[in-house]
Amino acid sequence: MATPFSTQLVNLLAAFLLLLAFAMLAQRRVLTLIKMFAWQGAALAASTLIVAWSTGQHHLYFSAALTLALKVIFIPWALHRLIDRLNVRWDIETLINIPATMLIGIGLVIFAFALATPIAQMASTLTRSTLGIALAVVLLSFLMMIVRRKAVPQVIGFLSMENGLFFAATSATYGMPLVVELGIALDVLVGTFIFGIFFFHIREQFDSLDIRHMEKLKED
Amino acid sequence: MTTASAVAFQLLQSVFVVLVAPLLIGWVNQCRAWLQNRSAPSILLPYYTLAKLFHKDAVIAHDASPLFRLTPYVLFGCMWLASGIVPVLATSLPFAPAADIIALVGVFALARVFSALAAMDIGTSFGGLGARREMLIGFLAEPAMLMTMFTAAFISGSTQLTTIVDTLAHREFAIHPSLAFAAVAFAMVLLAENARVPIDNPTTHLELTMVHEAMILEYSARHLALIEWAVALKLFAYFTIGIALFLPWGIAQAGDWAGLPLAIAALGAKLALGGAALAVTETVLAKLRLFLAPEFLSTAFLLAVLGMLIHFLVLG
Repeated sequence: MATPFSTQLVNLLAAFLLLLAFAMLAQRRVLTLIKMFAWQGAALAASTLIVAWSTGQHHLYFSAALTLALKVIFIPWALHRLIDRLNVRWDIETLINIPATMLIGIGLVIFAFALATPIAQMASTLTRSTLGIALAVVLLSFLMMIVRRKAVPQVIGFLSMENGLFFAATSATYGMPLVVELGIALDVLVGTFIFGIFFFHIREQFDSLDIRHMEKLKED
Repeated sequence: MTTASAVAFQLLQSVFVVLVAPLLIGWVNQCRAWLQNRSAPSILLPYYTLAKLFHKDAVIAHDASPLFRLTPYVLFGCMWLASGIVPVLATSLPFAPAADIIALVGVFALARVFSALAAMDIGTSFGGLGARREMLIGFLAEPAMLMTMFTAAFISGSTQLTTIVDTLAHREFAIHPSLAFAAVAFAMVLLAENARVPIDNPTTHLELTMVHEAMILEYSARHLALIEWAVALKLFAYFTIGIALFLPWGIAQAGDWAGLPLAIAALGAKLALGGAALAVTETVLAKLRLFLAPEFLSTAFLLAVLGMLIHFLVLG
């Protein structure tokens, strides 16, 4: 079994991404969550860089740079400012306790791996084996959005889901065309802004970022 | 390789392990003392303690059953057997086929059952409390331990520790993310199983927070000495299992007397590093509340399972 060194590195980074997804699922503090999101972005940028270098796909260099600028530097910084302004440093509340969430997470990972294996066999890219991990990251981020009660962790879950999708695109097809990628990057950026504005509105309306309040339609 | 030579190697390893195990405890305690800015006790202190305990007269409660007297010998025997099976100095030892990794975990479980029974035998409240806590930790740590070992077993295609070590030590260099996951999980299990800091404090004097110490409160003299020695052997066995699975380089073949000095030197270096790392971990971390122990160990289990899954994905 002679897998090239670059593939091994990408596999290692993929494993790191999955680990971070689980760590985010288990994390109780908002600030650490943002830090982990930044690390996830860094791992993503590094793996994209390795794929770009080993396959000679030039547009992937741009995606890596974009990921680095946006997901490692800008969005974490914006989120930091946001929680400073909103003054939210409380511990995160979860709907299900954390070990149970982890067990559900393992189930999701097994599901994702089972789903991805036949697809990966059809792909011919160097990095096809990481498709399952990308899918698992997406599903775990979904889970995080479901089990968290407050708005900020949900948004981080959403952003990390985008990380998973991006990783899936890199591993399955060496990345999407640059135009699409630029579009997505812009979407994420605009999404973050809109979420930020939403946070302020939610808090003004309900004095809290707990989205349970939004389930009630009437004033009581 | 002649049989006699291999048997001699096995005997040498068994004797070596029993004699060296307290040294590891002494080294860890010394490192801890340095890190905590205390003046360190001698590295030989565990030997003095053992000698002192062996010279005292044993005191045993009136209500103690024969099980209570028997347990120290069972514990010592189990741990000695375990460290005889693990390839510490050499692979393909004659004892090695006696038990694979699953049986090895079984040997540790046997020791745990006996110590829990003995703790409840006298009927003191602390004994029962310690036994229950120990069983809680044990039942959470065991699956994580098995999963860790399965990851290594899948990579090398065998559940025999000897084969695993042979395969891992003599392969071409490759990054195995799954092994990295398994190593972290194993380190967490090691801390929990050996009653080290985030789960239990081996130096505590506060009975209410004790886990392992609470179980052996009633023991004295030679019984206590055997138990302490068994604890040292258990730590040694876990360290050598960890070394065998994740850092197997430099180990000798049974009967290969020329490779022995290198094997001993490599083992000493790895153990010194591992012991220092353990001391650092114990200094940096604080003891967890008992109710957080399930979370700690479920994280270990999660890491081990992830490691195994990633192994399948990367190969499949």
